[in-house]
Amino acid sequence: MAVAANRSRAATPLIYGATLAVCVTAFLLALRYLLSEPVAAAVLTLPLGLPWIGAHLRLDALAAFFLIIVNLGSAMASIYGLGYGRHEKTPHRVLPFFPAFIAGMNLVVLADDAFTFLLSWEFMSITSWALVMAHHRDEGNRRAGYIYLVMASFGTLALLLAFGLLAGQSGNYEFSMIRTAHHTPLIVGLVLVLLLLGAGSKAGLVPLHVWLPLAHPAAPSHVSALMSGVMTKVAVYGFIRVVFDLLGEPMWWSSIVVLVLAGGTMVLGILSALFETDLKRLLAYSTIENIGIIFVSLGLALAFQADGMGWAAALALTAALFHALNHSIFKSLLFFGAGAVLTATGERDLDKLGGLIHRMPVTSFAFLVGCVAISALPPLNGFASEWLIFQAILQSPVVPQWGLKIMLPAVGGLLAFSAALVAACFVRAFGTAFLGRPRTPAAERAREVDRYSLAAMLGLVALCVLTGILPGLVIDGVSPVTQALLGARMPAQTGIPWFSIVPIAQGRSSYNGLLVLLFIASSASLAAFVIHRLASRAVRRGLPWGCGLPGLTSAMQYTPGSFAQPLRRVFGTVTFRARERVEMPRPGDMRPARLTVEMRDLIWDGLYAPIVAIIGFAADHLNRLQFLTIRRYLSLVFLSLVTLLLVLTLWS
Amino acid sequence: MHGIAFDVAHLLAGSLVLISFMMLYQDRLYALLNVFALHALVLALSVAWQAFTQHAPHLYVTAAIALIFKAIIIPVALHRIIQKLGIHRDIETVVGIGLTMLVGIGLVALSMALMLRVTSAADPLAREDLTFALSVVLLGLLIMITRRNAVSQVVGFMSLENGLVLAATGAKGMPLVVEFSVAFSILIAFIVIGVFLFRIRERFDTVDDRALDDFRGERR
Repeated sequence: MAVAANRSRAATPLIYGATLAVCVTAFLLALRYLLSEPVAAAVLTLPLGLPWIGAHLRLDALAAFFLIIVNLGSAMASIYGLGYGRHEKTPHRVLPFFPAFIAGMNLVVLADDAFTFLLSWEFMSITSWALVMAHHRDEGNRRAGYIYLVMASFGTLALLLAFGLLAGQSGNYEFSMIRTAHHTPLIVGLVLVLLLLGAGSKAGLVPLHVWLPLAHPAAPSHVSALMSGVMTKVAVYGFIRVVFDLLGEPMWWSSIVVLVLAGGTMVLGILSALFETDLKRLLAYSTIENIGIIFVSLGLALAFQADGMGWAAALALTAALFHALNHSIFKSLLFFGAGAVLTATGERDLDKLGGLIHRMPVTSFAFLVGCVAISALPPLNGFASEWLIFQAILQSPVVPQWGLKIMLPAVGGLLAFSAALVAACFVRAFGTAFLGRPRTPAAERAREVDRYSLAAMLGLVALCVLTGILPGLVIDGVSPVTQALLGARMPAQTGIPWFSIVPIAQGRSSYNGLLVLLFIASSASLAAFVIHRLASRAVRRGLPWGCGLPGLTSAMQYTPGSFAQPLRRVFGTVTFRARERVEMPRPGDMRPARLTVEMRDLIWDGLYAPIVAIIGFAADHLNRLQFLTIRRYLSLVFLSLVTLLLVLTLWS
Repeated sequence: MHGIAFDVAHLLAGSLVLISFMMLYQDRLYALLNVFALHALVLALSVAWQAFTQHAPHLYVTAAIALIFKAIIIPVALHRIIQKLGIHRDIETVVGIGLTMLVGIGLVALSMALMLRVTSAADPLAREDLTFALSVVLLGLLIMITRRNAVSQVVGFMSLENGLVLAATGAKGMPLVVEFSVAFSILIAFIVIGVFLFRIRERFDTVDDRALDDFRGERR
């Protein structure tokens, strides 16, 4: 799949075009596989990799579903790249790695033995690291790349240990062998923790998320979309594959670990996004929040499955997969929008944007749809999946364990809380970037982006609406996955009239995206009609009322900082130690008034800074070892040899 | 296999260890070289005896290599180096002889305690051989770390390698290629070390490695 790089002018369309063709083919194949009648998993063994073992590939329902996510996102990113890539100053830093990155993600999903899985996982990490470092002259990008590389290696190490434990003493690294083997509770617990470290660090679970808001925005925007929308889903895939497929029957306490982590991830992710002024970093933080939502749903599925409630587990898992698909769609859309803003203005700081809706109407529309979808407003797709998750949470009274009985409503509360914050966050993002008046000349001179970028964004808008009003199709599409993993599925939805979805039973709850859309559309047009017809037909333009002040400037409008201030005062003081300092000069003083906001990342201060300090301390003190005399080196060798021999003697 | 064959092998391997001990307390360089030549000679005899008892003619080649290179060429070459450098009157030991000997005895005891336990399933000859070989290796390392002079460190390294050859011949069926490559690598190592000795001498007017440390500005 990887296309050899060439530096000619035609390389950009050629490579993105080829990637697009391959991704569309793979997408269609995966879709056909998932929608066809249940067939046996396709297994393929390639004589590559380890000698006499080879590389095992396998396509089953779960892999097919994630292949759809990967290739849908990649195809859209390729279309977007056709236009966006033209602005790239150094395309040969991006072009060779872009198809390789996509190929790596596809291979992770297809892998059927631990060796292939880890190899493609690491391949995916390395190529995405190269893409993060595409603009390596920026100091911040270099730091992001470094932290990303460290975290990715750490995650792979955790996964390596997890697979080592799964393979056990017999050393069977094929997934088919691991699946049939029996695992003791100790191993199951350890593997779960290691997976949360490994896959969680790639997906961005708090507190392993520190690299994500640095690395995702550093890459070119279509790659950011891939990393945020697709690569985190590959990490989710890794978690699902091992925990639901390979590990066998889950324990009920394992769901508590997942739920606690996921709940923290959701809230911290969205709070960080709320106080962020960099548009792309805001989107990256929101990715962390959505990963939290997906993991909440996975934790619910674990809890229900451990208690033998297959139907509820199927509901939760379906919701998780649905949300993963949705998030890949609207997060790609939002990153494309941010990329379009970046191309048009050269800015991604919300403080320097504003009023773009007049200059970039199509981009603004697409971004708005993305914002509505991610804020989980009906009738778009974000609402459908989050509604399903709430339906799953509402099943908590049937769980027998008291711990879970108390835990699940609490997590539901957190989910509702973060959903509200998401809405606030994206009102703020859209409002300050696209509405109001331009804050800088750059924003004033913005121009609409090229057709390819717009096509990619509008395609995703259509997908947002389609999956929003026809969630039944997705739910039925996912059912082979839950059937294979949990042995249960949600009731078939396609037979229900008017495209309603009924997750459990007709009497309990149902949702109809199409009707909501029709209702919103008709009531809104009716209202508009009534207002324009009955009140006044004329469009009047007048000066806005400036509270008596002469002349409104763009500095008087809401800024991202002032919009978030109430929430920052309520939540930021605890979670980020936010401190505000107002510097008001005395009358007659010519200095400007200043408002300084200080925020600290407590996770970095509490967890990573000590680690960094310990490593620095150890490195400083081990540095002396570089300057020993020859005899001391020899003595060290000798002493360690003798010590090892002594240990061997005394041990046996 | 038992009887006289075992006893002779035992005797030769044991004397190798004994000669290693002798090397530990030689404080004159010429004497050290002579003892090393004796060490290599006994090794050659031991290997030849193994070749005879195991009916493995290729071991005779190993013995010949040991005899020619280690018992003749290398000692003679080192003799000439010492002469050229004019250090034949140097006396050096870092740690006192008594302490070194005690440590050496401890090392032999350690290798016995370890090897005899670990190889309880192997045949007695291989067990004895491995035990003595490990002792010789450890004593060679001990020689290397108790000396400052680069030439005597080279000698310690060579005697360490003798221990490896002893271990290899004690185990039946080691291919000739391995022995050739080991002998060859030792020769290369010897050449490289020799060249370095002269370079060091050229620069610092001594082959005492303290000069190197002083040059690097080390604190001791």
